[in-house]
Amino acid sequence: MKLITANRLFDGAVVFLAAEGWVADIARAAVLNAADAIEAGLAAATRAVADRHVVDVNVIEVTLDAAGLPVPVRLRERIRAFGPTVPFGEAARERLAA
Amino acid sequence: MYRYDEFDRDFVAARVAQFRDQVARRLAGELSEDEFKPLRLMNGVYLQLHAYMLRVAIPYGTLNARQMRMLGHIAETYDKGYGHFTTRQNIQFNWPRLVDIPDILAELASVEMHAIQTSGNCIRNVTTDQFAGVARDEIADPRVYAEILRQWSTIHPEFVFLPRKFKIAITGAAHDRAAIQVHDIGLQVKRDDAGRIGFAVYVGGGQGRTPMIAKLVRDFLPEEDLIAYTEAILRVYNLYGRRDNKYKARIKILVHETGIDELRKDIEAEFARIRDGALRLPRADIDAINAYFAPPAWTDLPDDSAELAAARRADAGFDRWVANNVAAHKAPGHAIVTISLKPIGGPPGDATAGQMAAIADLAERYSHDELRISHEQNVILPHVEKRHLKAVYEALKATDLAAANAGLITDIIACPGLDYCALANARSIPIAQRLSERFADPAREEEIGELKIKISGCINACGHHHVGHIGILGVDRKGEEFYQITLGGSADERTSIGEIVGPGFSTGDVVGAVEKIVDTYLAVRHSRDEDFLATYRRVGQRPFKEALYG
Ligand code: SF4
Repeated sequence: MKLITANRLFDGAVVFLAAEGWVADIARAAVLNAADAIEAGLAAATRAVADRHVVDVNVIEVTLDAAGLPVPVRLRERIRAFGPTVPFGEAARERLAA
Repeated sequence: MYRYDEFDRDFVAARVAQFRDQVARRLAGELSEDEFKPLRLMNGVYLQLHAYMLRVAIPYGTLNARQMRMLGHIAETYDKGYGHFTTRQNIQFNWPRLVDIPDILAELASVEMHAIQTSGNCIRNVTTDQFAGVARDEIADPRVYAEILRQWSTIHPEFVFLPRKFKIAITGAAHDRAAIQVHDIGLQVKRDDAGRIGFAVYVGGGQGRTPMIAKLVRDFLPEEDLIAYTEAILRVYNLYGRRDNKYKARIKILVHETGIDELRKDIEAEFARIRDGALRLPRADIDAINAYFAPPAWTDLPDDSAELAAARRADAGFDRWVANNVAAHKAPGHAIVTISLKPIGGPPGDATAGQMAAIADLAERYSHDELRISHEQNVILPHVEKRHLKAVYEALKATDLAAANAGLITDIIACPGLDYCALANARSIPIAQRLSERFADPAREEEIGELKIKISGCINACGHHHVGHIGILGVDRKGEEFYQITLGGSADERTSIGEIVGPGFSTGDVVGAVEKIVDTYLAVRHSRDEDFLATYRRVGQRPFKEALYG
């Protein structure tokens, strides 16, 4: 199982290709199985690059969790999808102060 | 402190306008990503895992309160409320939007800051001793020469497309706090027999995939020849440095493959050709730059402070903080304060917007409006009167910045690693956090004494693991994070590259492995006076190997 991810050009945010376009929440991403679905997804991503919507397109491997939602196989992609594994900014400071 | 002249101001403003136009053209489709990428990199803008990252230069790690306040303002307004201070004495913002970056650069320009040459194959921000200008052991303020090099190297047309990036570090004292021997050029300020100021020049040091200790290329370079000689080195490197292979393109490989004696001949020949030309530094120019770095008007004080002594007796926490985080200042009655950005369990080198503002206030109130960033990812208040130390400590405590661990085992250098960095193989920050939690007991930390742990999330070695007394390198082993440990590295005047102790450790095991190393050290050292590095140099790897794998 795969899905297509990229970064949004204007702000760099991590996005995933979904039926309705590019979404920030991996839970809403289109999980692609068949080779032709991946190919169609990549064609859409190429258009999105040309339209200056996204950059740095990648096809990544995912599995489904108990709730049927996609989870990337590689840690790197999990961190991209779900954020740093450590608290940061005020949240980090408050945690330490507590 | 150096202040922009008209040229600096116009140049930085022009760069902001230029980049604003480049971003607009990228968003309008007039520039492709391939065309835009080198342009954004020239302005310190990377695309990382989660977002763009902006690296802002802090020349030779010196800034004033206004500038620190601006960094906090940028963190608050354009980012997620924090920034990360790096081993290059710079700051990185992890979440800026590309569309906002021209505005951020304009705000930076308003306080004489920028992001130029923080990336790309050019001469990067010159780094130096964080105690420059105040250290008791200093021969001359190295920032004077760092500023001269900054002016010379900024968009120097000959050196903006070098074979690879180029890093220069300067120490003003014999005791090296700037890691000069692991830089492309390392300069050590010294005096010759006649008392003239000059430099010992080292070349070809570096970390990364192929760590190398720099070679001494010239024992004494007169002060006025600084630019001519540096230009000669750069010219020889530009000519012979390998452009065919990215991994062999740094000057360290050229030095290694050619040999320092051979290369010295080329450098000296070029130097002889140009030294009497336009590059010789006029005395008046050196004096003018020196004037920018003239010491502030320190108060005339006795060296001992009765207030300080009383406060230390009354507050054990303060006493400990003074013992670890306060260093000797050249002016009597004054002290250098290291504000540790390594709270137990925190991400090394991070500061929130509020903390940056608080630090700026302290600089204004107690440190003649001056701050430094150290390559060890801490912030320095360079000029605090001893009688004010308690007030500074209380203010730091109020904003969670009073960790009393400078130079101790929990003062860990760590790069952003896989939590942020697109090149990473493994996470660095959580390892640093767990290690600092493991060694959090103050009595145990002090028992261990000076011990530098340095962690990188990949072989690029931004976390300086090669020169950690204990170095930790994150690697990817079949999709799992793994950590290779090196022992015996050091980045001071007796620089050494750490040696791999044996097979790596899983995420679960690496903290326990470090603890075994530390316990072994405590068991085999002669006394408390024999620090980790000295002990390692005496006993070698064997006891540590036995403890880990025996
Ligand atoms: S050492 Fe590697 S992982 Fe760490 S910041 Fe540098 S490039 Fe990224």
